[in-house]
Amino acid sequence: MDQFTLNLLVVGATFALYIGIAIWARAGSTSEFYAAGRGVHPVTNGMATAADWMSAASFISMAGLIAFGGYATSSYLMGWTGGYVLLALLLAPYLRKFGKFTVPEFIGDRFYSPTARMVAVICLIVASLTYVIGQMTGVGVAFSRFLEVENSTGLFIGATVVFFYAVLGGMKGVTYTQVAQYCVLITAYTIPAVFISLQLTGNPLPPLGLFGDHLPSGQPLLETLDQVVTDLGFAEYTAQDGSPSSVINMVLFTFSLMIGTAGLPHVIIRFFTVPKVADARWSAGWALVFIALLYLTAPAVGAMARLNLITTIYPGGVAEESIDYEARPDWVKNWEQTGLLSFEDKNGDGKIQWYNDSSESFAATAEANGWAGSELTVNRDILVLANPEIAQLPGWVIAIVAAGGLAAALSTAAGLLLAISSAVSHDVIKGTINPNISEKGELLSARVSMAVAIGVATWLGLNPPGFAAQTVALAFGLAAASIFPALMMGIFSKRVNNTGAVAGMLAGLLFTLVYIFLHKGWFFIPGTNMFEDSISGSLLGIQSTAIGSIGALINFGVAIMVSRSTDEPPQEIQDLVESIRVPRGAGSAQAH
Amino acid sequence: MAGESSNNNSYWAANIRLVKICLVIWALASFGFGILLRPLLSGISVGGTDLGFWFAQQGSILVFLILIFFYAWRMNRLDIEHGVDEE
Repeated sequence: MDQFTLNLLVVGATFALYIGIAIWARAGSTSEFYAAGRGVHPVTNGMATAADWMSAASFISMAGLIAFGGYATSSYLMGWTGGYVLLALLLAPYLRKFGKFTVPEFIGDRFYSPTARMVAVICLIVASLTYVIGQMTGVGVAFSRFLEVENSTGLFIGATVVFFYAVLGGMKGVTYTQVAQYCVLITAYTIPAVFISLQLTGNPLPPLGLFGDHLPSGQPLLETLDQVVTDLGFAEYTAQDGSPSSVINMVLFTFSLMIGTAGLPHVIIRFFTVPKVADARWSAGWALVFIALLYLTAPAVGAMARLNLITTIYPGGVAEESIDYEARPDWVKNWEQTGLLSFEDKNGDGKIQWYNDSSESFAATAEANGWAGSELTVNRDILVLANPEIAQLPGWVIAIVAAGGLAAALSTAAGLLLAISSAVSHDVIKGTINPNISEKGELLSARVSMAVAIGVATWLGLNPPGFAAQTVALAFGLAAASIFPALMMGIFSKRVNNTGAVAGMLAGLLFTLVYIFLHKGWFFIPGTNMFEDSISGSLLGIQSTAIGSIGALINFGVAIMVSRSTDEPPQEIQDLVESIRVPRGAGSAQAH
Repeated sequence: MAGESSNNNSYWAANIRLVKICLVIWALASFGFGILLRPLLSGISVGGTDLGFWFAQQGSILVFLILIFFYAWRMNRLDIEHGVDEE
C-alpha cells in the first residue's frame, strides 16, 4: 500500500470517528450547547481542554522553535503550562460556581455594566478570530502535504467536519470529539519521539533521553549538541543570554503567555462543563497532565531533531566533509518538493553546507573551509512532521502524524468557534438585542452564529491577512491585558466597581494595542511601525510580544485607583462576590 | 447569619493563605530557578547542562502539576472543614 492510500485511510478513519461522535452527541438545549449540560467528568474535561488548548502551533511549530532557539524558547514551555496554575488557583473554580455560560456574562454581571460586557465580547472575538486563522491555514497545509489536494479543498473538508459536530452538538459535540482528537494527537506526537529517543540515547522516554547520554558519542546529549552547534557558528543551545535586558524580556514574555493562557475565553469556558466546583479544580490538574505529556516531549523532540539534522548533513562529524547533494536522504527530497526545505549550492562543490553565516566570529572559519554561505534553508515547522521520515519509521506512523496535526488544528478551531458563537448568541443576541428570546430561539441563534463563525473562519483561512503570523502576540496580549485582570479582580476584590473595571480594561487594552502597533506597524501594515521590534530598538526596551504583562499591570492599577475614588459596588454585587467564593450551592446556580 | 459570615471569612482567609504559598512556589520554579536564578544554579550539573536549564524545560512543568493537585486536594478538604462543600 503506498503512502498516499495509507494517509487517506488513517485520516478518513479519524474523520469518520468525529462525525460519528457528532451524531451521538447532539445538543437538545442551550445548557447542552453552551456547557455540555454540565455533566462532563473532570478527567474527560481535562483531556478535552488539552486538545482545545494545544493548537497547530503546539503540535507542529513548538518543537521546531525550540530546536532552533534553544534555552531562550523555554518561555513557551513555562508560559503555556504555568497559566494552568493561575486558572486552577485564581479563576476556574469561581467562574464555575458563578454558573453562567460565557466569560463576558460574568464580567457584565459582576461589574453590573453592559459596557463592560461588550468590551469583553469585543476582546473575546478579536482574540479568538485572530487565533482561528492560524488553525484554518494549518488544516490547509496538512491536507496539501499529506493528501495531495489543493490547499482550499483541504480547508473545505476540514470546515465541513467542524461544521457537522460543532453546529449539531455545540459544547457537547465539541467536548467528545476533542477527547478523540487528543488521543489521536498525543499518539501521533509520542510514537516518533520514542523511536528517535531510542535511536539517539537508548532511552524510550524522550524527556529522560533529553538529559541522558548520546549513544554514538558516549557523552551527554545536550553537551554533544552544544558542541556541534557552536562548531558551526550557531549560539550554544543551552546557553542563557545573561544581559539584564534579555533576562527581563524573558520574564515578561513568559508572564504574558501565562496570564494570556489563563485569560483565553475558549479555555475558560471548558471549566463550565464539569458538575461541581471541586471538579473544576481537579480538572485543571488533569488538563495539565495531558498537556504535559506533549510539553515534556517537545523539548526532547526539538533538541534531537536539531542534532539529527546536523548529523544528516555532516555524517562524519562537523569537522569532516559534509554530505554530497546527490547522496541526500529521501526525506530531504520529499520536503524539497514542498518548498519548505531548499538547497542552493553557493560554492559549487556539490556538497551541502549548513552553518551560521551571519556570525562574524565564524566567518574566518567558513572562508578557510571554502564555504560561501549556508546552503540549506529549513522551515522550522517541518521538524515534527518530518520526524517519522528522519527516524525511518514505517508509513503508518507518517499517516498517524498527518491525522495528529489535523486533530490539533481542528480541536482548537472548534473550541475557538464555540467561544465566539456563544458570545454572539448569548451575550449579544440574548443579552442585548432580544432578552426575551425563547430557549428554542436562543439554541437556533447559537447554531446560526456557529455556522456564520465557521464561514468567516474558512474565508479568513482561504485569504489569510498578511499579518496572520503576527496576530498570535495580539491574541495573547489582549487576553493578558484585558480579560485576565478583569476576571481576577472580579473574584478577589469586592471594591472594584463598574467604572473602575471598564477604565482598567480599556487602559490595558489600548496600551497593549498601541504598543504592538508602534512596533509591528499600525494595523500590521508593514513599514508603518515607529520603533524596531527588538529589545534595543523598542520604546520601553520591551519586545511587543512581552508587552501584555505591562498592559495587565496598567489594567490592575487603573481599575483599583478609579474604583477607590468612586462609589463602592452595591450590596447585591458584594453578596454575589461572597457567594462565588464558596463552593456550596453550585448546583442551584446552574438552573437560571 | 453572623456565624455563617465569619465562617466564610475564615474559609476565605485560609484559601488566600494557600494561594499565596502556591504562587510563591509557582514563581520560584519558573521565573526563579528557570530564569533569574539560573546563574546561581550553574554549579549543579544535570545531564550535560545545569539545573536552571532543567527547570526551564521540565522541572517547572512538573512543579506546576504537583501544585495544582496539591491545591485541589487541600481546598477540597478546607471546603469540608468549613462546611462549605457541595452536596
